[in-house]
Amino acid sequence: MSEKPEHFIVDGKRLDGRRVDELRPIKIEIGVLGRADGSCYLEWGNNKVLAAVYGPRELHPRHRQKMTRSVVQFRYNMASFSVDERTRPGPSRRSIEISKVSREAFEPVVFTKFFPKTAIDVFVEILQAGAGTRTAGINAASLALADAGIPMRGLVSACAVGKVDGEIVLDLMKEEDNYGEADLPVAMTAGRQITLLQMDGHLTTEEFYRALELAKTGCDQVYELQRQALIEKYSKEYTTEIEDEDPAPAGEPEGDADE
Amino acid sequence: MGKRIVIPGDLLSDDIRVSGSGTYVADGAVRAALYGLLNEGERYISVIPLAGRYIPQTSDRVIGVITEVTYSNWIVDINSPYDGLLHISQYPRRIEIEQMSRYLKVGDCILTMVKDVDASMKVELTLRDKDRELRRLSDGRITAISPTKMPRVIGRSGSMIRLLKSEIGCNMFVGQNGRIWINGSEDRIDLAIEAVRYIEANAHTPGLTDRMQAFLKAKKKTRFGKTHENEEEW
Repeated sequence: MSEKPEHFIVDGKRLDGRRVDELRPIKIEIGVLGRADGSCYLEWGNNKVLAAVYGPRELHPRHRQKMTRSVVQFRYNMASFSVDERTRPGPSRRSIEISKVSREAFEPVVFTKFFPKTAIDVFVEILQAGAGTRTAGINAASLALADAGIPMRGLVSACAVGKVDGEIVLDLMKEEDNYGEADLPVAMTAGRQITLLQMDGHLTTEEFYRALELAKTGCDQVYELQRQALIEKYSKEYTTEIEDEDPAPAGEPEGDADE
Repeated sequence: MGKRIVIPGDLLSDDIRVSGSGTYVADGAVRAALYGLLNEGERYISVIPLAGRYIPQTSDRVIGVITEVTYSNWIVDINSPYDGLLHISQYPRRIEIEQMSRYLKVGDCILTMVKDVDASMKVELTLRDKDRELRRLSDGRITAISPTKMPRVIGRSGSMIRLLKSEIGCNMFVGQNGRIWINGSEDRIDLAIEAVRYIEANAHTPGLTDRMQAFLKAKKKTRFGKTHENEEEW
């Protein structure tokens, strides 16, 4: 684990050279899993996350079925190799909490009433963690849900803001997260309705509102990237060429039994 | 020009009267509820989904697989979050309860119709129909495509399915639930499945029937080393 740096911000630049209102680079791929109804692989700085959506599908156990709507289930899980020191596999206090708040970030957005008695299952696997995995997971899950054809009021975009060296900064990186003064993950729809808001550390009321404004600009940027990724998926899949792989040599008898 | 891709939340119109399937109305505006292709008609706007499960509706014709035989009902997998129920009385002829699995056993495939779906999503199926089209499928092969892409296998007023049937020379039935039954000689079935996969990969693009024609022509040529003109021999 890295040591606490003397200063987080030098000459207006952060440890990795970003400005205070700049996101880490994001890479998005949609539809990466063949067996899931919808999926998304997302890299955000050092984070690498994979989201998969299954459903709507039959919900077991039956007593958890809702007669008038679908149930959203969300599982956030960290791979044991996702951090420097191996984490114990399986659910932990932290991952259960993140699963809960992430699920609640989607429940108001998904049109559950169309699929009574079913479950919509969202799985988020953190393959590599580097600060801000819950927001990365929510962004990936949002795209996986869209990819699965689940009706939603809109996409959910998430990003974190925090305070280091007494300044409000966007999208905390590992060191800032570990040694900073505050961390504030936010998720919202494109219509700026907040579906997740947590805070760790201390902010004054004035700082909090400033941080929230910064988070909104961050979420807007994330939303643009999500939108681009979705549009690109079907622009790329256009297969114009008729692939004529291995044209059979003329005269080769090819099992036409009916002649 | 293909149809525009929209994502959930996109503003589609300020006139709430045009709200069609795949859209919703909020604050006096029509927005997209789905990730898919925008379909703009004169009096409505809808979004054609690119993915999604099959949700049964009354009078859909679907292809199902028997998963269980219970007292007076067959339980049928219809490729949906909801199981189908085929009651013994919906079998074309009267049979005794003890004899049920002699007529339809676990693993059998049937071409069936959704008779009714109630509010709790109990799906009742039937094998009774006037023209005797509904039946047990005893030969041929079944493949599946996403139910949202199924309409493209049929084409506008059946143009695609007609093309496939006549060009490949096989019998085909496309269920609303995305399962496709194909019958004919083995190599014709193989070609039909390839054609279906081609439709699946290009379902979001326009002019599919024309390109399918070219696709089948090329396939037949490479496969049999003969030209399209000698089709009779094939």
